[in-house]
Formats: sequence, C-alpha cells, structure tokens
Amino acid sequence: MRGPYWLGVLPFIGLVIGPFFVNRVTPTILGMPFLLAWIVAWILLTALIMAVIYGLDPDNRRSDL
Amino acid sequence: MNVALIFIAAAVLAAVCLGVLARRGKEMSLEQWTVGGRGFGAVFVFLLLAGEIYTTFTFLGGSGFAYGKGGPAYYILAYGTLAYVIAYFMLPPIWRFAKENRLYSQPDFFVRKYDSPALGVIVALVGIVALIPYLVLQFKGLGIIVEIAGYGDISPAVAIWIGAAAVTLYVMLSGVHGSAWTSVAKDTMILVVVVFLGIYLPVHYYGGIGPMFEAVEQAKPGFSALPNHGESVWWFSSTVLLTALGFYMWPHSFGSIYTAKNANAIRKNSIVLPLYQLILLFVFFVGFAAILQVPGLTGSDIDLALFKLSVKTFDPWFVGIIGATGVLTALVPGSMILMTAATLLANNLYRAAHKSADDERVSKLAKLFVPIVALVAVYFTLRGGETIVALLLMGYSFVTQLFPALILSLTRQSFVSREGAIAGIVVGVATVAIISLTHATIGTLLPWLPEAAREINVGIIALVLNVVVMVIVSLAMRFAISHASGASRASAG
Repeated sequence: MRGPYWLGVLPFIGLVIGPFFVNRVTPTILGMPFLLAWIVAWILLTALIMAVIYGLDPDNRRSDL
Repeated sequence: MNVALIFIAAAVLAAVCLGVLARRGKEMSLEQWTVGGRGFGAVFVFLLLAGEIYTTFTFLGGSGFAYGKGGPAYYILAYGTLAYVIAYFMLPPIWRFAKENRLYSQPDFFVRKYDSPALGVIVALVGIVALIPYLVLQFKGLGIIVEIAGYGDISPAVAIWIGAAAVTLYVMLSGVHGSAWTSVAKDTMILVVVVFLGIYLPVHYYGGIGPMFEAVEQAKPGFSALPNHGESVWWFSSTVLLTALGFYMWPHSFGSIYTAKNANAIRKNSIVLPLYQLILLFVFFVGFAAILQVPGLTGSDIDLALFKLSVKTFDPWFVGIIGATGVLTALVPGSMILMTAATLLANNLYRAAHKSADDERVSKLAKLFVPIVALVAVYFTLRGGETIVALLLMGYSFVTQLFPALILSLTRQSFVSREGAIAGIVVGVATVAIISLTHATIGTLLPWLPEAAREINVGIIALVLNVVVMVIVSLAMRFAISHASGASRASAG
C-alpha cells in the first residue's frame, strides 16, 4: 500500500475493538458516559486522520482522478 | 384539526408544491437526474451524502433506541464514521469504472464487472428486498408523527395510511426533482430542531447534559454503557462492522457515487462527513432525557419517545414544527427509496426479461410500480411489531451481502468468478432470510459458542458463509476449467 493509507486502520481499532476495553459509564467526560465520550473522541480523530491521508495521498495531485 | 396537524399538513403541501414547481419548465431526462450529468463537486456531493444520514431512522429510531436500550444506540454514531473511511478507498474506483462504462444503477455495476446479466437481476432483487424494511420504517415514522400530533384523534392504522399516501402522492406528483429541492430544506430544519431539542430538554429537565446522565445512572445503573447480555459489546462491535461495510451497498446510496465530478470530490467528503455525524449526539440526548420523563414505553413503542416528550414539554404549535420536520425526514428519503425500488423493478428486472422494451415503456412501468411497492410496505408496517432500528438492521443484513463480491471485483486480478459471486450472495441472503423468519440467534444455531460470542450480529454470520461459498465455488470453477482445458489439450496432443 502506498503512502499513509495504513492510517485508515486506526479508526477500526478504536471503534470496533476499542469498545471491549472502554465499556463503562465512569469517569464521565464533559458530562458524557465514558463509552460515548470515547466514540466522540474517535470521530474527531477519524476526521483528523482522513485529513492527513488526504493531504499526503499522491492520487489527489492528479486532477483527473 | 389541531394546530400541530395544520403545521404538518402545511409542510407536506409545501413539499409537494416545491416538487411540482421544480418539475415545471425543465424536462430533465431520467439519466440527467440519476447521475446529475456526473458534474457534482465536493459541496454537492456533501449535500447529497449528508442528506442521506438524517432520515426517520435517526430522528425517531435513534432517540427511541437511546431511550429503550441506552448505550447500544451509540453504534449509530460509530458505523457512519467507519463507513466514510471505507468510502475514501472504495468509492473512487467504483466512480471511475462507472464513468468509463456510463453506468446508471447499482446492478449495472455488477453486470459489467462480472459480465453476467443474471448477477444484475440478483443484485436488483437483493436491493428491492432490503429497501422494503427501509420504506416500512419511514411509514412507521410518519404514522407515529401523525398519530401523536393528532393528540389521540387519529388511530395508528389510519395514521400509517395517511403517511403512506402522502409519500406515494409526493413521488407521483413531483417525481425526482422534488426530492432534490426539499432535501435542502429538510436538512436545515432537522439541524436546527435536533440541536435545539438536544440542548433544551436536558437543561430544562435536569439542568444540563452531565446531570441528566447522572440521573439516568442513578435510576438505571449501567444503562448508558453496553449491557452484559443482549446488545452486549459483542453485538455492538459486530453491528458496527456489518453496517459500516453495508453503508454504500444500498442501491440509492451506491447511485449517488456516480454524481461526482471527480474522485477528489468523494475523498474530501471523507474528512467532513464524520464530523457531521456528531449531530446524532443531540438525538441521543433527547432519548436519554425522555427516560425519566416519559417512562413506561416498551417494545416498538420506544420509537415514540421523542414525540411523547415533545408533547409533554411544548405547546401544540411547536409540536407541529417538530412534526413537520419529522414528516420531511420521512418524506424525502421515503420518496427516494420508493423511486429506487420502483426503478429497480422496471429497469433491472422487467427490462432484463424483455430486452426489446424501450425507455418510455420502462419509465411508465416504474411509475406504475410506485403505488404497488407502497402498498406492500403498508402491509408490513401494519403487521408491525419491530422497532425502527430493528427494521433498518434487517435491511443492512441483506445489502451487506453484496459487499464481498463488490470489493473483490475492484482488485486488479480478482479470483472471484461470476458463479462464485452469485453463489455467495444467494447463500448470504438466504441465511439472513432464514434467520429473520425463524428469529434464530447465533446462540440457537451454534450453541457451543461461549456465552458472549453468541450475541454477534447474525448478519456477520451470513457474511462469513457468503465469503466461504464464494471462494469455494470460484476456486472449484477455476480448477474445473483448467482441468477441462488441460484434458482437451492432452487429447488434442
């Protein structure tokens, strides 16, 4: 695989495997149960990860693709 | 007629008028509309894809699931996010192939990739079967809104008939153009209403989001995380994975990929769309706020949570505004689903059997199928019993069966043969159908599994069987062909 594509695996680790380890109500973060806060954090991280992948993706330099 | 119903009726009327107006003047060809001339930039693709997130499913189903099940509802936040990650890598090659081959529908893609009209028919059938529960849940949502906004004047069955008639009329009068126009209005309204409700209700009843979750935790310990049984963490992870894979397998979502001007427009959206998902948080807040305020809703009645709480909290005119928003979230996607199902029937099933049929005949037939599909969905809606989320998960189990054959067809040298793809999809879909009809779970099918693993989403099991059969049949075909050609070479030599 080219470039930083492997970064795309991280959200799956966070959101599919992660819940097995963070399935709890406390501590709450910003008033939210821990599991919900974990998922929200991963949504923000995923947006960031996709921005990094997009920025480094060689395909995006070619306008026809 | 009370003030809430007047608001809702006005919203339906306004949507139909917008649609009729949009149709007047310009006679767009079906092809121009279905793929928008393949000229949509990043912003338009965003509007199209983002609009698909907010349906009755999220509005009533999401809040109802948070109310009735608690933590398991979070899966709705997680799966969309992962679907956009997959989309970044998967959609550009689909888009490119569709552009090169001038494709218009999802079955077209499979027909061309596998060079098999039979596979196209099967894919169209899977799409139609999956779309029915999706349509049923929109009707259910419409029924709920009309019933509750009627403050007891309208029975649930009558409410469902009114809702179904509204969608059918809407599709037949305004056609495709109406959907495009009203979806922008719908998205703006739902954004404002959901964020308002998600902040106002927790603050009004509990003094904030944090105190609300504390109150829920006191009343029902552990409710805002995943339970040990039923919708456990095993259920959660397998459901997130299944629905993330299936996200773009819906016939109407698949078609929206074709509208993009270039692959960059699609890739850019993978950055923004996860953030847009966060609006769902406010839907969950409404559901959690309802737990202690309108207790006692069980079974499929949990879908009523948002409206019951709204009726308790607000004056009828404001319930009318929320109802009008809810009606639009069912009307717009409902019309898209209804049209997609009717078009699949006419274009991909009827035409496959009658090769000589011309475009005019096919589009006439598609219009004829609209009320028929609607009636079938009304039948299933009235039989009822399932929650909105359960209905969508059933549809997802069906469409996700298309994923393995699709993703492997994108690799450069796929080993999957057309027989393998057909056998895999048929076995996967049959497994889902049997499991849904007999209400089996993994526990009853594989009783030797450890307790926790029995709660894996049944769609995943069907998917595994699908892949196994696909690989075995593909390899067997390859072996048989090489064997046969080897034998003929031997006899020739």
